[in-house]
Amino acid sequence: MQMNYYEKDKLLIFKIMEEIDEFSVKELRRKADYEIERFMPREVIFDFDCVTFMDSAGIGMIIGRYKQVGIIGGVTEVANLSNSVKRIFRMSGMLKIIPEIDLKERLKDIESKENSKEVINL
Amino acid sequence: MRNKITDNNMKLEFISKSNNEAFARISVAAFVSQLDPTIEELSDIKTAVSEAVTNSIVHGYEEKQGIVTIICKIHENEIFIQVSDNGKGIENIEMAKQPLYTTKPNLERSGMGFTIMESFMDELNIESILGIGTKVTMRKKIKQTEDDEDIPVTLEEALRG
Repeated sequence: MQMNYYEKDKLLIFKIMEEIDEFSVKELRRKADYEIERFMPREVIFDFDCVTFMDSAGIGMIIGRYKQVGIIGGVTEVANLSNSVKRIFRMSGMLKIIPEIDLKERLKDIESKENSKEVINL
Repeated sequence: MRNKITDNNMKLEFISKSNNEAFARISVAAFVSQLDPTIEELSDIKTAVSEAVTNSIVHGYEEKQGIVTIICKIHENEIFIQVSDNGKGIENIEMAKQPLYTTKPNLERSGMGFTIMESFMDELNIESILGIGTKVTMRKKIKQTEDDEDIPVTLEEALRG
């Protein structure tokens, strides 16, 4: 399993489950583009929690998806970067356009909004 | 007590397929592990090897099949890694080393390969001849910790030792 995804209300989260290099990005790219086209998200988050290795192929892959998502007017963010992944992203200057967010906080926000919706519905 | 490794070397040859990248960096990491590197040092070396091997496969050989050779040498607490190919060679090494410079921008290449190798390793040397091939040599000192040298980790080990 290379990448899982979660979609809700135009928020699309990809959880990458493998090492990212020249070989694996081909499949990751294909899969991400397919889901982006299918859901037309307003926000895409790449979760790196399970990424144990990444080289510069990851930079190209994320910037490429940022462009894809930008075309349909969405934003791209990254989360749970390990020190080595963060170092590589920082070197490319990529984090200025694709910010790192706190995914746990983001998910908490969504949950609390959902709960308040339910209260309103009641 | 761990035996001190002073000199050792190995050679690895594989065909220029990108699914050999993981094999290459993991093999080098396994070889380097005898120097007892930190996780960060090992991660730096794996990344640098991955970048060099990608360059040979993607730029050196392009779509053609060739052989990528990796030679690793351990001398005292330093690792030397040489990644070479018989591919098309680099036209302008200085330009290729510039951050974000890439000859293949349409394929989502970041142009960060040499920059990463340079900053993750202590030294980087590139030799290239057009039509003959490219040889990338990198060096990194592994900073060994002195504390665990002679102290047995557990009582069991102490009794055995």
